[in-house]
Amino acid sequence: MSTIPVWDNPLRDPRDRRLPRIAGPSGLVIFGVTGDLSRKKLMPAVYDLANRGLLPPGFSLLGFARRDWEDEDFAEIVHDAVREHARTPFREEVWQQLAEGMRFIPGDFDDDDAFKQLKTAVEELDAARGTGGNFAFYLSVPPKFFPKVAEQLKKHGLAKAPEGSWRRAVIEKPFGHDLASARDLNAVVHDVFDPDQVFRIDHYLGKETVQNILALRFANTMFEPIWNRSFVDHVQITMAEDIGIGGRAGYYDGIGSARDVIQNHLLQLMALTAMEEPASFDAASLLTEKLKVLKAVKLPDDLGDHTVRAQYAAAWQGGEKVRGYLEEEGIDPASTTDTYAAVKLNVDNRRWAGVPFYLRTGKRLGRRVTEIAVVFQRAPHSPFDSTATEELGQNAIVIRVQPDEGITVRFGSKVPGTSMEIRDVTMDFAYGESFTESSPEAYERLILDVLLGDANLFPRHQEVEESWKILDPIEEYWAAHGKTAQYASGSWGPEEADEMLARDGRSWRRP
Amino acid sequence: MKIDLTDTTASKINKALVKGRRAIGTPAVGMVLTMVIVTDEENAYDSIKAAEEASHEHPSRTLVVIKRHARTPRERTQSRLDAEVRVGSEAGTGETVILRTYGEVSDHADSVVLPLLLPDAPVVVWWPVDAPQNPSKDPLGALAQRRITDLYAVENPIEALRSRIRSYAPGDTDLAWTRLTPWRSMLAAALDQARVPIVSGAVEAEAENPAAELLARWLEARLNVTIDRVVTAGPVVTAVRLGTAGGDIVIDRPEGPLATLSLPGQPPRTLALKVRTTSELIAEELRRLDADEMYAVALRGEGTKETPSHV
Repeated sequence: MSTIPVWDNPLRDPRDRRLPRIAGPSGLVIFGVTGDLSRKKLMPAVYDLANRGLLPPGFSLLGFARRDWEDEDFAEIVHDAVREHARTPFREEVWQQLAEGMRFIPGDFDDDDAFKQLKTAVEELDAARGTGGNFAFYLSVPPKFFPKVAEQLKKHGLAKAPEGSWRRAVIEKPFGHDLASARDLNAVVHDVFDPDQVFRIDHYLGKETVQNILALRFANTMFEPIWNRSFVDHVQITMAEDIGIGGRAGYYDGIGSARDVIQNHLLQLMALTAMEEPASFDAASLLTEKLKVLKAVKLPDDLGDHTVRAQYAAAWQGGEKVRGYLEEEGIDPASTTDTYAAVKLNVDNRRWAGVPFYLRTGKRLGRRVTEIAVVFQRAPHSPFDSTATEELGQNAIVIRVQPDEGITVRFGSKVPGTSMEIRDVTMDFAYGESFTESSPEAYERLILDVLLGDANLFPRHQEVEESWKILDPIEEYWAAHGKTAQYASGSWGPEEADEMLARDGRSWRRP
Repeated sequence: MKIDLTDTTASKINKALVKGRRAIGTPAVGMVLTMVIVTDEENAYDSIKAAEEASHEHPSRTLVVIKRHARTPRERTQSRLDAEVRVGSEAGTGETVILRTYGEVSDHADSVVLPLLLPDAPVVVWWPVDAPQNPSKDPLGALAQRRITDLYAVENPIEALRSRIRSYAPGDTDLAWTRLTPWRSMLAAALDQARVPIVSGAVEAEAENPAAELLARWLEARLNVTIDRVVTAGPVVTAVRLGTAGGDIVIDRPEGPLATLSLPGQPPRTLALKVRTTSELIAEELRRLDADEMYAVALRGEGTKETPSHV
């Protein structure tokens, strides 16, 4: 961590829990500020933070892009983005506070003058708005530009923090497309920024339910005793989307769903579900435990039997006729890129030996849903006869990540009546019910954490590399063997995936 | 849906609640607390509205206790409880029961409220007006973990503030204190930037403003300096000045939601400091239900050096 001299603010006190975690004096520089992510997520999140009073008084927002804009034009764009996408109501006074600190730097990433201008703007803001030399650089640009931007930041002395302040880099996935490229990327970024000051955004980790996995497991006593191979039969982690690739053909083809989703989101969810209790709730302890789990992951011996990749085919989905993947614009009709991937992973440690983790993701599936289902073994002995328990399934705890965040517990209950008949019922906890409107957007939480320097919710480069080590052999196998299966759009995936679980005597949940 | 019960009891009200829930098809809801509002008929509407808005963030069962005053001596001897049970869309995200007490039962409202509290969930009592002299000793106040009063709603706030100091018990809190949170967080943030010792200070506000007095006491306790109270035309708190060796740190809000922050050696900048609605204040109150030790510090106006009990 950077060395910030200790200053005890007499107005702050750990007992004073009304005072929010306000970020210290700082500014945010967004590269690629004209992009979709920036308009739909980042700018609204910055406004929502300001509206909730969580940004420091002099907070400044700098945009960098190849546009011929003045500061006012930029403010106009941000204004529109906020109006359209912000979560909290628009308030003129909050806007004015924010707008005073907006600057725009027009230019290319090759343009030395633009970076000189950026440096001047940063210095001007330090003097005029008291940002104290603290700046986060958000690289909302395709990864091929990372080296260039990083190099420019270094060359113009922007990456080096003045004494007593910090400079941080924020990057978005993809973090490479295999282990080698991920290492190259890390080398480039770490050459410029200290590894502790690089924040990798996995927006799933900013979601309340994901943070709640740790609360559920480690703040309660009733779940952890059964959270192991003695009681758990298997775990299913699903991330389904109902949309196709849309306009992302150029990015998506050749990458595929496994690299796009399993490598980061699903393996992170799996690590949080399977990890041991961290020594404390700080970034270093969390990293230690997550890494331990990821390193314990073992691939099945026969990848052909226990992994599936597939592409969506033309079909009717939700009352709408949609094209197949190979018919999408810009896609090679002979492409073997997966839009659906399912893999079986084992975790070789005392807690999980013999408990398979099934990970699946896909586009154009039945509906948009992300969930973690921990499915328990059947009771070892039942005093009820088989007709009584005929309709009883396996107990399960389902963590619903999105939409409708919450937790479902499934168990058996007697059906009212004179005969003994036991059927599955569910018990529901919905975030939307117990804490209705307080859930902030993932990006709000993550941007605030970057400004506060709190790295708990960000995957570190070791995790990224470890995840690639898990996925690379599967991708290599796929490249060398077999063909990509097809599944009807709007279904829950290909038959091959059902067969994959049937081989183990199990079946997929319908999420 | 709405169920009216005349001359009723707590057990009949409980039955009506179950019936109402069944009827709208949600047999169990994730309510997180019981909110008891003790008020008169005049303030009931606004208070219920604020509580229902706050319930969007904290789904709760709201029990509204309204004491009715009979006009004739004969009616006064009769004791009666009327209830109005609201569930579903008419009650925010939870359930609302409005209890009207007549005659003797008014003095035993706690006997009606106790059976209607949600199992296990925390209880909050809020007196929008006419708070008791000693909230924690009040029969209804004694049921609650958190007791919310409002110094803005009394005739003589400074006098009432003194009485609050004498009767303070952990769990007490006041909306005049809640109103200060944005001010306090901005002052703390300003000091984060200035990073210098404070040598003097002043709070400027309209006369007899209890929030200004609490703010001054809090600053005195935390900064160990004397804070001047300056009377201005208002509205409410208009400015805070903190003197440092290099000049003043000033947050100035002459009117409206926009304030100006000035730090020594830096140009002034704009801050949003809105006067919040009652429902926003209540929502903030409900976020934490443990004792607010900082409120106690501000009430007493002296630094407590004892170690906090929960660390």
